[in-house]
Amino acid sequence: MVDTAEAIVQAAGGAADGEAAPDEEAAALAAHFEALLRAGETVEPRDWMPDGYRRMLVRQIAQHAHSEIIGMQPEGGWLTRAPSLHRKSVLLAKVQDEAGHGLYLYAAAETLGVDRADLLDALHRGQQRYAATFNHPALTWADTGAIAWLTDGAAVINQAPLTRTSYGPYARAMRRVCQEEAFHVRQGYDLMKALCEGTPAQREMAQDAVDRWWLPAVALMFGPPDTLAGGADARTAALGARVSAQAIAWGIKRHTNDELRQRFVDHCVPQARGLGLTLPDPGIRWNEERGHYDFGPIDWESYRGALADDSHTARRRVAHRVAAHEDGAWVREAAAAYAAREDAPEAAL
Amino acid sequence: MTTTETHGAREARGDTAGFALLAARLGDDALVLGQRLCQWITRAPTIEEDLALSNIALDLIGHARALLALSGTLDGTGRTEDDLAYGRGDREFRNTLLTALPNGDFAVTVARQLAYSHYAVLYYEALAGSAEPGLAACAARAATEVDYHRRHADGWTVRLGLGTAESGRRMQAALDRVWPYTAELFDEDDLVARLAGTGAAASPGPLRPVWRERVHAVVERAGLAVPAPRWEARGGRQGLHGEEFAPLIAELQSVHRQFPGGTW
Amino acid sequence: MSRETEGVTASWEVFLRPRRGLSHQHVGSVRAGDADMALEHARDLYTRRGEPLSLWVVRSADVHAASPTERDPFFSNAHHKPYRYPEHFTPLTGGGDHDDDD
Repeated sequence: MVDTAEAIVQAAGGAADGEAAPDEEAAALAAHFEALLRAGETVEPRDWMPDGYRRMLVRQIAQHAHSEIIGMQPEGGWLTRAPSLHRKSVLLAKVQDEAGHGLYLYAAAETLGVDRADLLDALHRGQQRYAATFNHPALTWADTGAIAWLTDGAAVINQAPLTRTSYGPYARAMRRVCQEEAFHVRQGYDLMKALCEGTPAQREMAQDAVDRWWLPAVALMFGPPDTLAGGADARTAALGARVSAQAIAWGIKRHTNDELRQRFVDHCVPQARGLGLTLPDPGIRWNEERGHYDFGPIDWESYRGALADDSHTARRRVAHRVAAHEDGAWVREAAAAYAAREDAPEAAL
Repeated sequence: MTTTETHGAREARGDTAGFALLAARLGDDALVLGQRLCQWITRAPTIEEDLALSNIALDLIGHARALLALSGTLDGTGRTEDDLAYGRGDREFRNTLLTALPNGDFAVTVARQLAYSHYAVLYYEALAGSAEPGLAACAARAATEVDYHRRHADGWTVRLGLGTAESGRRMQAALDRVWPYTAELFDEDDLVARLAGTGAAASPGPLRPVWRERVHAVVERAGLAVPAPRWEARGGRQGLHGEEFAPLIAELQSVHRQFPGGTW
Repeated sequence: MSRETEGVTASWEVFLRPRRGLSHQHVGSVRAGDADMALEHARDLYTRRGEPLSLWVVRSADVHAASPTERDPFFSNAHHKPYRYPEHFTPLTGGGDHDDDD
């Protein structure tokens, strides 16, 4: 996590330092870019943009797209076992939305001059990341509900401000994503509610799922700490703050990670109470003075293990993706060969 | 039973039971094929195909829900869609062997979709004229959806047939693998014959020549040979499934059965 | 896996007429080898909700449109699936719906 953050800072800092305009034209381009940001206008694909801005966007959008695609796996594994045909339909609709979100986001990334095939390669080789939340295993049916309620709930809070992010194609993709995510959160809560109103064994399954998915959602969905609020040490917080400050200055992000994390906790506490479930954090209590819920500090150092690529589930996630890609190679080759035929569009009508 | 009950009324009641059995067959076909397609999701050749296959699965599960619910109403037991999907043993399912065929490679799935969706378009269109209004309504709605599935299968059959040497070989092998299983779709047993005899519901039997014509046209456009299988697979409609079927249903029902009395 | 074996190199712009009274509007893009595949992918990606009336995909100067007679089966996907909308489910208790912006 910290290594990734450092790389971003370096990239951003390097780009900013290197912006000393060699000539008047470059200076004018840079001034135009800054003016767009100041005016709250969007930056569009053909506009000039600093390299660091482009790199930060590619990294963030690709990571987001990969998270959608990898994120299909924990829930997708339960499609064949959904306990009612209604829930099966709902889960299918949700998992296919995730595929759709991945596609919106890859398309947005491609406007920055990268190719989806290369981004997927980077994912498969472990060179680009996805939300480490999904490196946790989905062990029971209730996990599909907990993931939707908590993880997607965190994603919505994270992503809602991105509908106004400075890069136009990203903002437009996020508007579509956010419209659809609202359904994901509601159906997850609805699924959990049904379990909580069911048999004792069902309620037990629901609580077990929340016990396992709370920390991944609250810690990993919002990125590393960028203030001292989340229980981070000074160095980690300062490093996170630098990354967030640059992203906020460029209008890519609009809030610190810790602000969004607090908002998420504030949403979830009453919702958990509504379900009759306990969030696994004894530090949660209302703070009248702050007007927010306090929550226990996240032990980032000891939690770093969960971020690593070397875990049983992390290896499974990537191997599953790679196997699908390799097994499908002959199909993609066939589609390309067919498209190269002159008679292609008519032939399949 | 009273002495004043007419013969016609008894026959109508008999037909209701017949409609229930027919709806369950069709519902089981849709459910089992949808379950097979669910196994593809996150494993498709492209992310776009994950989306396409999940859309098709979603439609099929929708058909199954409507048809199974209808069956439970018509047979007088009041069983819900979930009672039928999750409460029956695998021997009680009445789907064709075709719909339970393992996914194989993408070509096998395309071939299975090609055979089924062409059949389903024809049969649902015919059943839209059924004397049972609930069945007619289900069939009319399903007909438009399976027509899209047909389009998807047609497109991929041609793409794979004409794509590369490897894809052509795989698509041909897939058609050869699937074809023996297509005959059962059109079987006319006592139930279908009885319903067709009174004009209550169409039989799939007479649709086979049109199906053959349409499917053959696609296969030929794909530059492939229409298979001429030496044998025909049967049994699903009588509950005599392959050995791969019980595990498929066990998986479908596993969570539901793990929580007796659960509400979902 | 090289770019060649990715196999869906062509990019298509997608235009959707979301309802009567509106023109076709650009909604995004898809990748597909041929026009049919592009239309199917656009259909799967951009018409899961709402009551879309018509879809175009455009490569270079070519315009390919879904023909009106195919409308029903083509867009049947969006029908009969109320569970794709949040309103279908129990409202969240208490602290807002997550989906409110800041």
